[in-house]
Amino acid sequence: MFARAASRVARPSASRAFSSARPALSDSLSVHRNSAHNNPSIPFSLTAENAKIAETIIAKYPPQYKKAAVIPLLELAQKQNKNFTSISVMNEVAKLLDMPPMRVYEVASFYTMFNREPVGEHFVQICTTTPCMLGGCGSDKIVEAITSHLGVGLGQTTKDNKFTLLEVECLGACSNAPMVQINDKFYEDLTPETTVGILKALAAGQTPKTGPQSNRRFSEPDGPLTSLTEEPPTTDQFCLPEWR
Amino acid sequence: MSFSPKMLSRAAKVPRTRIVSPKSTIRGLATVVNNPVRRYGGLKDADRIFSNAYMRHDHGIKGAQKRGDWHRTKDIVLKGDSWIIQQIKDSGLRGRGGAGFPSGLKWSFMNKPNWQADGRPRYLVVNADEGEPGTCKDREILRGDPHKLIEGCLVAGRAMNANAAYIYIRGEFFMESDHVQQAIDEAYKAGFIGKNACGSGYDFDVYLHRGAGAYICGEETALIESIEGKQGKPRLKPPFPADVGLFGCPTTVANVETVAVAPTIIRRGAAWFAGFGRERNQGTKLFCISGHVNKPCVVEEEMSIPLQELIEKHCGGVRGGWDNLLGIVPGGSSVPVLPKHLCEEALMDFDSLRDLQSGLGTGAVIVMNKETDIIRAIARFAKFYKHESCGQCTPCREGTTWLEKMMDRLVVGRAHEREIEMLQELTKEIEGHTICALGDAAAWPVQGLLRHFRPEVEQRIAQYAAQNGQVLFGGHHRADINPEIAVPDNIGMSLPFPSTTN
Repeated sequence: MFARAASRVARPSASRAFSSARPALSDSLSVHRNSAHNNPSIPFSLTAENAKIAETIIAKYPPQYKKAAVIPLLELAQKQNKNFTSISVMNEVAKLLDMPPMRVYEVASFYTMFNREPVGEHFVQICTTTPCMLGGCGSDKIVEAITSHLGVGLGQTTKDNKFTLLEVECLGACSNAPMVQINDKFYEDLTPETTVGILKALAAGQTPKTGPQSNRRFSEPDGPLTSLTEEPPTTDQFCLPEWR
Repeated sequence: MSFSPKMLSRAAKVPRTRIVSPKSTIRGLATVVNNPVRRYGGLKDADRIFSNAYMRHDHGIKGAQKRGDWHRTKDIVLKGDSWIIQQIKDSGLRGRGGAGFPSGLKWSFMNKPNWQADGRPRYLVVNADEGEPGTCKDREILRGDPHKLIEGCLVAGRAMNANAAYIYIRGEFFMESDHVQQAIDEAYKAGFIGKNACGSGYDFDVYLHRGAGAYICGEETALIESIEGKQGKPRLKPPFPADVGLFGCPTTVANVETVAVAPTIIRRGAAWFAGFGRERNQGTKLFCISGHVNKPCVVEEEMSIPLQELIEKHCGGVRGGWDNLLGIVPGGSSVPVLPKHLCEEALMDFDSLRDLQSGLGTGAVIVMNKETDIIRAIARFAKFYKHESCGQCTPCREGTTWLEKMMDRLVVGRAHEREIEMLQELTKEIEGHTICALGDAAAWPVQGLLRHFRPEVEQRIAQYAAQNGQVLFGGHHRADINPEIAVPDNIGMSLPFPSTTN
């Protein structure tokens, strides 16, 4: 589980002291250590708008199971805090849900989408699982293109804090491999050229086209459709007579 | 009783004469019956359930109603639980999430005798935590046909007398969860769900719950834990979720596709759905094809379609032609790979693929042609499972890590050839010794590799040894070991080199 355990983003400056302990096998530390950018004294609270959203989220669950809202609330708070789940964010969520803070830490360190270290403005998550590794031009080339364009390795943030690159597991867009997720958006059917194009556009503050970067739309086959070429059925066209 | 040669020859004679004479009306036991061969595949557009899989039409409520969703749902709800369940049983629908459990039967577990006396709320949980590598079928339902899912929740919920449905969608699916949330809002506004759903007098709520990135939450009890706001660690069963599930209440977890096809099955008739595919494997299914094909795509086809036809008809064939095929993983990362000669006889259904020692899984076809480094491809799966193991059971937590380390060495060939057997034994130590099936899922791809591609692994090891000299267990180079100091005797130092078994 330590592999998953949260904060997966190493700082580029992280160099090991000459007398360091054995390198950790996981890609991150699963425990919290107070630091200048992440300690409980940094204030955090939900904005009025987000507090309202939080109420609607909590209302989805039975009143005695308020803690069921912990994952959605952490997500909401992380979004407000620039994609960073700091210790203050977790404490705030614990307070909102009347939970022991440790229960929130447990959850935040278990799920990969909670970044327990700050990430850049554009959080680039590249899928390298087998279907992406095989499909299209292969994710190896995309990783190569991104690392050489940004000048950072996997798990690192650029110096200007604009991009963080992370290798992740299957993101569920396998027919459109290879793909990256940047913040909330999927960019699919990548080639090294289109990938660099997207990164350049983002750096320039533009919003590049999401979804497949090739000619096809969504997950249909490239070229003439082999299915769903006819008009979809009308309301009761094919129903049994009793359901007409 | 003793046999004489005479008896044997007489026994052999009788059926032979019967087969030879075609006019004979009496059939011997060995008579071949010439039933017409039925071919599967070639589903017509009219029979496709997910008509908006490619997002060519409106995914909102207006477009959905135009395509037939929410048509007389009230009457379906009014038919009652046992009628709906009987329809689903008659249709032969089996769960589309991978295990293939008969859906009608599963839903009926919720309605135990005297269930009304139980005052607890009852839940339907829809598993939209699609994370199996290779699988991207539920995504098309969630973003293209979300109303089919919401309506399915109501119908399936009515069948199991549930009060509410939670749709657990993986956190990375932002666009998809927006579309589902939009569909929920629209359905509430139209009065299709909520109090007095569709005017049927039945109260039913649907909630969307977003996950946060954990493959293990696709396991049903881990998913329940995750909704409850805990780490997604599977629960020990029994009690099964139908007795004690979400928030301690009776719960059934079902895949998106299973739930979403239910209303269409009922409106078009169980017999229509059962008319597709082989016996016990009926219906249509979304297949998602990725990897080395010319046109990867997601497509709805008839069950039991031959694997080769699926690829050549919808995906433009294997890159470099069918003869360039190395192997196919037919059902997502958890099932063993099939070599080319088995791909030619495989039908895409539960039973055919099980007979070939693989599985239909989620219908995620990952194609690998001869340019693939098959050992690296499977090693990447091992890395995936190491990353996604929840850490609860020791065989899985330690075993997946171990598997990954051994597979990484095999990619370069840095191993002793006896370690192939050790690897096989290791997978057997993981398989079946864990709470959930993730341990099995981690073991099977490696077993598939060793079953069908062992020569490749041996060749890689021999190649490495030819360049680097003798390699001991654990990947130690013989040359690095100083025999002057104490060396453990279990690293295979005394074994002959080059190996005599080659």
